[in-house]
Amino acid sequence: MAKPDTLLVDDEVPFVETMIKRLDKRGLNVISAHSGADALTQLDRHASVDTVILDVKMPGMDGLETLKEIKKRHPLKEVIMLTGHATVETAIEGMKLGAFDYLMKPCELDVLMAKVREAAKKKHDHDLKIEQARIDKLMLTRGY
Amino acid sequence: MIKDKYSKYYRSLSWNLILTAIAVSFTPLIMVIGVLLYQFNVSYQEKTQAHLSELVQKHAQNIDTFLTEKLANLRQTSVNNSIESLSNSEVLREKLQNLRSEYSNVFVDLGVVDDRGMQLAYAGPYELKNVTYADADWFKAALQLDMYISDVFTGLRGHPHFIVAVKKHESGRNILLRATIDFKAFNSLVQNLKIGKTGYAYILNRKGEFQTSPPLEYKASPTGYEFFWNAVAKTKNTFIITQRKDESGTENLYAVASLKDGQWLLIVKQQVKDAFSDLNRMQNIAVIIFIIGGIAILMMVYYTTRRMVRRIRRADKEKEFMNQQVIETGKMASIGELAAGIAHEINNPVAIMVEEAGWIGDLLEEEEFAQSSNLEEFNRALKQINTQGRRCKEITHKLLSFARKTDSTVKDVQLNEIITEIVGISSQMAKYNKVTIEMNLQPTLPYITISPSEMQQVLLNLINNALDAMEKTGGTIQISTKISEIEPGHIVIIIQDDGPGIPEANLARVFDPFFTTKPVGKGTGLGLSICYGIINKMGGKIDVQSASGQGARFRIWIPVQK
Repeated sequence: MAKPDTLLVDDEVPFVETMIKRLDKRGLNVISAHSGADALTQLDRHASVDTVILDVKMPGMDGLETLKEIKKRHPLKEVIMLTGHATVETAIEGMKLGAFDYLMKPCELDVLMAKVREAAKKKHDHDLKIEQARIDKLMLTRGY
Repeated sequence: MIKDKYSKYYRSLSWNLILTAIAVSFTPLIMVIGVLLYQFNVSYQEKTQAHLSELVQKHAQNIDTFLTEKLANLRQTSVNNSIESLSNSEVLREKLQNLRSEYSNVFVDLGVVDDRGMQLAYAGPYELKNVTYADADWFKAALQLDMYISDVFTGLRGHPHFIVAVKKHESGRNILLRATIDFKAFNSLVQNLKIGKTGYAYILNRKGEFQTSPPLEYKASPTGYEFFWNAVAKTKNTFIITQRKDESGTENLYAVASLKDGQWLLIVKQQVKDAFSDLNRMQNIAVIIFIIGGIAILMMVYYTTRRMVRRIRRADKEKEFMNQQVIETGKMASIGELAAGIAHEINNPVAIMVEEAGWIGDLLEEEEFAQSSNLEEFNRALKQINTQGRRCKEITHKLLSFARKTDSTVKDVQLNEIITEIVGISSQMAKYNKVTIEMNLQPTLPYITISPSEMQQVLLNLINNALDAMEKTGGTIQISTKISEIEPGHIVIIIQDDGPGIPEANLARVFDPFFTTKPVGKGTGLGLSICYGIINKMGGKIDVQSASGQGARFRIWIPVQK
């Protein structure tokens, strides 16, 4: 099995299941979590995940708290907020906390795919830059 | 309805206030007037009595002096002359002449009576020589004493007089030198004593006979004269002052002094009403002041109490309205929360359904289904599910965005946006009622600082009212906004329907709280009054123009802040 690249977090199990099927069909490698805490353990386990699709409204640890925690532990992971009721306030709050974008539920799957790709690309660009910087640093220290 | 329920309470409140105010203001008034009047009464009575007693005592003294003087005159004549010479009528006439010239014509005649009562000599206007007085009371009394003054009597001559007699003892025989005193001269001593309008004086002897000409109302002795004698005897004073009723039942003030070694009484009588006329006038003035003051106080108390109770009543009514408004707002807020909760709960299943449909769509793209004859139909059905899911989403989003805003925090808002949003919410309902909502919004309205949720509440209320009014007939609601031409610096929102309108009788009351024409349980009668309250709070104005059958036109002016 290929390394997972996307984590879908939502407390609605049927929603998550269907979404995974549909996203898989479009070539993404998706794993799921059903709560904020679950999401964090999944991220710890699978370092290959680039993008997190995160539901804002969940019992227990809610979307914004989870977002904070993800950004603390894995600052480079991109997060797309998925909201049941799109309030500008939550969106702004999410963006301030470093979310990549937000989408309203139910959303057009193509739109979601596009966002995920953008996010993944941004993550890759970041990684590449970091890699490049490391290489540059390494080259300097080696004295080439 | 409210009025009737509480009018009893307000009536008792009024009465409490009135009675308290009356008690508080009348008590000092009565006390002051009472105390002053009592003090005045006491001192005035004292003064009157002192004046009267002084007068009476002085007169009594005068009369006593007069009598003793006359006695002394006679005694001098008797001492200075021998019985021999006195028995001579010529000499006696000379003596009478002397006395009369010296003491104004008080002495009427002179006579010398021997101890058997025979008048030996006489000088005077009557022919009384050799008259015998042996049986006369005065003679019997005078014989026992050295000096004697008789009571007034009519005697032989037929008109009142009294006798002054002096006993002379010479060489074993006794004679009496007697003189008659002119009654008029004596009477004038008393008659001149007039006090006030009703005060006069008279003298009584021990039998209660008048010793001076009796006052008009008396023919015989005044009844109850014994009282004065007893009083004088009892107190052992020569003077008393008392107040009692006379024969006619009038209350009188009596000042009584004893005269002539306690044989006569000088009585001054004055009607109490006359004696204390100043006091009565004073009392009348006090009563008038009391009555006028009392009426003034009563009127003031009544007037101020009514005003106060009216004010309290208004305040209570306002309070009740406020309470209702708070309850209503609270209800709106909780309905909002409930709606938000439900909308969110519905959102998730809808999202799942849409996703499942999407998944079926994904699967249909697989080649094995490409040949299916019903592929087209499947796709159409899925598309329909998608469309309806989206519609659900729209509805819940509208509900959420409405519910979210039921708070009164003010923001800078574009009025047209709020109106568009509310019309969006209401359009479904309007469609069922066959009502179309037309908007004619001026696009360049300035931003205004108001609470958007309150504005929404107002608009929703007005639109719902219009929809309710046109429930059966259908029609058009026109909503327009523009910069007001009538009210400078205001935006005006006009909401006009072509429904049945508001009857003229109700037009003035539509903004009153609890006024409703809807059946019981359908309307609280608070909708428009809350609108009125909200618009008022924003510093704006709301009014309505309507006539039966011609629709209703609500206008709202909102001030634009500079």
